[in-house]
Amino acid sequence: MLLIACPWCGERDETEFHYGGQAHVAYPPDPEALTDAEWGEYLFVRANPKGEFAERWVHGAGCRRWFNVVRHTVTHDITAVYAAGQQPEDRNGVTA
Amino acid sequence: MSSRLPTGGRVDRSAPLRFTFDGVEYPGLSGDTLASALIANGVLTVGPSLYRERPRGVVTAGVDDPHALVQLERPQNEPMQLATTVELCDGLVATGLQGRGRLEEEPDEALFDKTYLHTDVLVVGAGPAGLAAALAAGRSGARVVLVDDQPELGGALLGGREEIDGRPGPAWVAEVRAELETQPETRVLTRATAIGYHDRNYVLVAERRPDRPGGGGRLWHLRARQVVLATGAHERPLVFAGNDRPGVMAAAAVRTYLGRYAVLPGRRAVVFTTGDSAYATALELAAAGAVVPALVDTRPEPPAALVEAARAAGIEVLAGSAVVGTEGEERLTGVRVSALTDDGQLTGAVQELACDLLAVSGGWSPAVHLWSMARGTVRYDEALAAFVPDRAAQDVRTAGSARGRHDLAGCLTEGLTAGAEAATAAGFPVEVPATPSCTGDEPPAAPRPVWLVPGESGDPSTWRDHFVDTQRDATVADVHRAVRAGMRSVEHIKRYTTIGTAHDQGKSCGVAAIGVIAQLLGARSPGEVGTTTYRGPYVPVSFALLAGRERGPLFDPVRTTPVHPWHVRRGAVFENVGQWHRPRYYPRPGEDMDAAVLRECRAAREGVAMMDASTLGKIDVIGPDAGVFLDRLYTNGFAKLPVGSARYGVMCRADGMVFDDGVTVRLAPDHYYLTTTTGNAAAVLDWMEEWLQTEWPELRVSCTSVTEQWTTVAVVGPRSREVLAALAPGLDVSNEAFPFMTVRHTELANGLPARICRISFSGELSYEVNVAGWYGLALWEAVLAYGAHAGITPYGTETMHVLRAEKGYPIVGQDTDGTVTPQDLGMSWIVARHKDFVGRRSFARADTSRVDRKHLVGLLPVDRAELLPEGAQLVAPGTDVTAVPAESLGHVTSSYRSAALGRTFALALVRGGRDRIGDTVLAPLPDGRTVAATVTEPVLFDPKGTRRDG
Amino acid sequence: MPDQLPEHPDWLWRTPDPKPSYDVVVVGAGGHGLATAYYLARNHGITNVAVLERGWLAGGNMARNTTIIRSNYLCEESAAIYEHALKLWEGLPEELEYDFLFSQRGVLNLAHTLQDVREGTRRVGANRLGGVDAEWLDPDEVRAFCPIVNTSPNVRYPVLGATLQPRAGIAKHDHVAWALARKADAYGVDLIQNCEVTGFVQDRDGRVVGVETTRGRIAAGRVALAAAGHTSTLTDLLGLRLPIQSHPLQALVSELLEPVHPTVVMSNHVHVYVSQAHKGELVMGAGIDSYNGYGQRGSFHQIEHQMAAALELFPIFARAHVLRTWGGIVDVTPDASPIIGPTPVANLFVNCGWGTGGFKATPASGWVYADTIAHGRPHPLAAPFALERFTTGALIDEHGAAAVAH
Repeated sequence: MLLIACPWCGERDETEFHYGGQAHVAYPPDPEALTDAEWGEYLFVRANPKGEFAERWVHGAGCRRWFNVVRHTVTHDITAVYAAGQQPEDRNGVTA
Repeated sequence: MSSRLPTGGRVDRSAPLRFTFDGVEYPGLSGDTLASALIANGVLTVGPSLYRERPRGVVTAGVDDPHALVQLERPQNEPMQLATTVELCDGLVATGLQGRGRLEEEPDEALFDKTYLHTDVLVVGAGPAGLAAALAAGRSGARVVLVDDQPELGGALLGGREEIDGRPGPAWVAEVRAELETQPETRVLTRATAIGYHDRNYVLVAERRPDRPGGGGRLWHLRARQVVLATGAHERPLVFAGNDRPGVMAAAAVRTYLGRYAVLPGRRAVVFTTGDSAYATALELAAAGAVVPALVDTRPEPPAALVEAARAAGIEVLAGSAVVGTEGEERLTGVRVSALTDDGQLTGAVQELACDLLAVSGGWSPAVHLWSMARGTVRYDEALAAFVPDRAAQDVRTAGSARGRHDLAGCLTEGLTAGAEAATAAGFPVEVPATPSCTGDEPPAAPRPVWLVPGESGDPSTWRDHFVDTQRDATVADVHRAVRAGMRSVEHIKRYTTIGTAHDQGKSCGVAAIGVIAQLLGARSPGEVGTTTYRGPYVPVSFALLAGRERGPLFDPVRTTPVHPWHVRRGAVFENVGQWHRPRYYPRPGEDMDAAVLRECRAAREGVAMMDASTLGKIDVIGPDAGVFLDRLYTNGFAKLPVGSARYGVMCRADGMVFDDGVTVRLAPDHYYLTTTTGNAAAVLDWMEEWLQTEWPELRVSCTSVTEQWTTVAVVGPRSREVLAALAPGLDVSNEAFPFMTVRHTELANGLPARICRISFSGELSYEVNVAGWYGLALWEAVLAYGAHAGITPYGTETMHVLRAEKGYPIVGQDTDGTVTPQDLGMSWIVARHKDFVGRRSFARADTSRVDRKHLVGLLPVDRAELLPEGAQLVAPGTDVTAVPAESLGHVTSSYRSAALGRTFALALVRGGRDRIGDTVLAPLPDGRTVAATVTEPVLFDPKGTRRDG
Repeated sequence: MPDQLPEHPDWLWRTPDPKPSYDVVVVGAGGHGLATAYYLARNHGITNVAVLERGWLAGGNMARNTTIIRSNYLCEESAAIYEHALKLWEGLPEELEYDFLFSQRGVLNLAHTLQDVREGTRRVGANRLGGVDAEWLDPDEVRAFCPIVNTSPNVRYPVLGATLQPRAGIAKHDHVAWALARKADAYGVDLIQNCEVTGFVQDRDGRVVGVETTRGRIAAGRVALAAAGHTSTLTDLLGLRLPIQSHPLQALVSELLEPVHPTVVMSNHVHVYVSQAHKGELVMGAGIDSYNGYGQRGSFHQIEHQMAAALELFPIFARAHVLRTWGGIVDVTPDASPIIGPTPVANLFVNCGWGTGGFKATPASGWVYADTIAHGRPHPLAAPFALERFTTGALIDEHGAAAVAH
């Protein structure tokens, strides 16, 4: 049972959240300009690191806001929580 | 003959109990466990072993017993209970088990609960170290939870003779308990076993509640800022020939039976030890009246003071020796003792000693199970001959014998320190209290571990009575065979031999087994071999405890609409749609489903019918950019939809596959009212919010689920206009004033404000009347009343499905399966060409743009009465379906009897289906028949749409 | 008294040191890696093979699954490869001379909603056309086949029927792995444990010609990854991105119980899959955790929900006890189907993404992978599972109708 610090609601059990996979995978600005391979990569390929991972969560049973988390995929330690739209390097101000 | 001592112990002699074991009734006392009561009655054998059917008895006095398994029959039936942990109660009935329990199919009324609790400091274990930790932490004012698996606090102090502050151990325990009770933020849980330790100090505690009906327990979910593990240590068995015989017990357990339960497990006892702690057992046995002919110590030079004390009690100390064999059948009658050389070989003559009890101490293994579950590492301490906690991975400390500290003063000091430090770390600074003075349990001298006592003859390959895991009947010979087969990893040897996988999960035998393995692998010490992984739960817990109250109706919530009571009264047959209970049809007396549905369909097509459509997902999409937003999600356009109008839309996932569909109404320039399929309502809202927040935060839009806020009643059929006219007298219901795909707001005849949409999922003239949810039943009854003169007929989901299928309208999730594009459904018309939307790019990929994809088509069985089963496969004519694999063309997605068509029909996904219109396909059926059907356009009824205006 | 498990053989495998060079290096000594090595030797005569394992042999998902074997998949490409596996399973105990307790006791997939019934019917029909044995049972037949299933209409999600694959069943996972390992070893394959691959050796043209390991550099003619959830951490070293995500998946066993459960029951809707193993323990799987994780542990609420679901279907289990829980790492692709075949990197092959289907596929996975490696092109049964499908969109979407595919 992960303990996730929602930037708006504070620490809550994992069961209040939904997972959203890798963070910072933006919808391509012009999908038509992509090759099929590039579009396929956007659709299906996500990083799968063993270690720190910037990922998205949404506080579905709380404020319903999406935000980003840096979590270690082995220890499950969460080292940063930051708002959607921010980049990991911006995270110092909102570190959990 | 009773083995109960005349005085002493924590049992209540004023509260005699009766219990039955293996069909024989015995007396016991309140405070007994089943095991102590059995021993008091001279019963030491619990059941035969799993495979070899050797008699096996009680070994320990707690959760680490290797095989004292019983089937509890009263007070409730429960398999595989340890006699050493079952609290005796009056009327208890149990039988011994051969390593395998029975599940009984009888009603179980027990209620199991769950409680969720946050705490600053959690202390696990209420022996001296844990009590000290809780005391110190509690004095800080922090929230403290202390849990212990026994009914009473105190741990080993309950059965020992140690003194603290000049008073007996139990008196100190009582004093601590009294202080804890005065601390307002301290909570003490007894009969509560910590079973699991998860990330972020999430600890699960299983509480037994024997006083509750059926013994329904409670599972505590604790989230602690800091944890102190004072879980104690398990005494290890020793591996020698015949070490499994009833009468061979753990030395500390013998002491517990003497001191805590006032029972004497044997009258003539030999003690066999590798360290100091068993001397106390020997002395207390002698003091209780047992003859102790010898204490066998593996160490050549045991501490002089201990030897002196033993001799003073008339106990001969056989130093540098080991028990090498046992005698007896159902019960131990004697042991064989030999001297050991420095390298652990037998030397000299074997001495035989008659005895009925052998108290064994193979050393102590800290109970690192929870520590390891918390991902803490362990290291092998050569001096202690034990795996001890090393690096913590969470905010957790250990204290006392859980970290290899075995003297009382040390345990108290460590406990006080750990408790104070934990509280301080949790934000409640507090001094470490001074350690009270104590006597009777001095720091032990170094043990001499002996992992494998050699047999008197043969070699390890023949030592088939040297038991390593008694419950699995696994022996040194088995380990030897595994090593000889090439196994090198302890994990492989564990699997080869099944050691450590039984009910006790190797609590007592685990480290002893590692010692044997190390020896047979030629490793220098067990540390070189390492442990296997400790996994939860620490003790077995019932499925029912983990399920808690989420059973029966509470397994998953049932959602019903405000009209539901009427549906029930009317005798509707319900179906589960997502979490909703929806009426499927409303049979009249004597009607089966087919008859009811044909009647309901006829009413909708020929007169007027009504349906509770409230389960449809409803979302308010509000904001200046709402139109732009919907344009990006739907395949078709909504930004230019006039206010007051409605439009059907399809949503795709980014991969281009249909995700949901529904009608959206524009109520105001900045307000859309969107409907979804019943099962997808939550997913669609999630989807919209995800895109809004993560991709297009600049859009000024908010989305709100209003599914429960509106009750929706569909009024359908050629006569629906006249019903609506009566229901909504203030509304001009003419086709010109209220055209198709528009919305009106009005007050109904009964005064309810209503939002009425003229939309149709049946091809008929049709209205969806929406009122505030809490007026739902009133609306329904009003529609019934105003439609009564026209014979208005309620219908359910089955009729809805028939009506829409006759019109070729797909149901997302039934006629689609996550691999279907809008084009596959024949809906190219709804896919905008000049805007981007989610999924659009995917249509251009090689596979998605194939022309021979599976298309949604209609099917007309050649035999007009033949109803194709939904899900039936389709093949081309001439296909030999017995020559597998035979090629499938697709499958039937929907199939019905149609009153309007006077025949059966179906919808199907068929490869290249639109190019097969007019062709015949075959459906091979489970009964062996093959049914022919003609492929048609999906719209079979009123293809020109002449009926929608009434 | 339960039957004692069959004894393991007196000899299993050597513990060799790595040689400097092999024709084929298989990375990962799980079931698939071992089967691949076995079939490379048996079917293709390629025996200069090393199987490198970072931990202990068959200690990953092979030691952690719920041992269900079935081939009643919906998509014809899936059914074809799993049915190939099932046919191999039927001959393997004899071929490998190892009793791994393969028990064809049937698998029931329960239907709880009308849509489940449609999907079950669809699957039975599709399976029969594909040559996979399949039957549809109504609730009375379900009760007759497995009397402890609660088929009462008065439960939250009543059983409306079930598909049955009679030839499906269970096997003892460790024994399977060891059987393959023993035969591979006997063919001369080096099974090298405690040897973690830390990098790849590439020539000037980018071809993979070896691997770097914790036990030194090992040259290889071809390198075949069979590392399940860790596959993408390896291909990341080459800049090759794979569409897999690694998630925790938990399972559990009860104590030994007298036989009550004669078959395997799966329910996607209530989310249960349970069998009773030979010794008598109930073996169950829980749900996949949503988040990525390599920790071989999941969240406990998954177990709790699993217990609630189990009691919904099997009230008799209420007083059974959870003895041990554990977690594996499942590598999941977007369409819940594996990725098998050559890669854009010359001499490098992948076989991953089996998700929850890995154990049951073991022999076929090894069979087609060995063939693909030996010939440098996809085996026909593997061809649909090529990486290219994520570009063309030709997914093999078991997610589509079968939401969970254990």
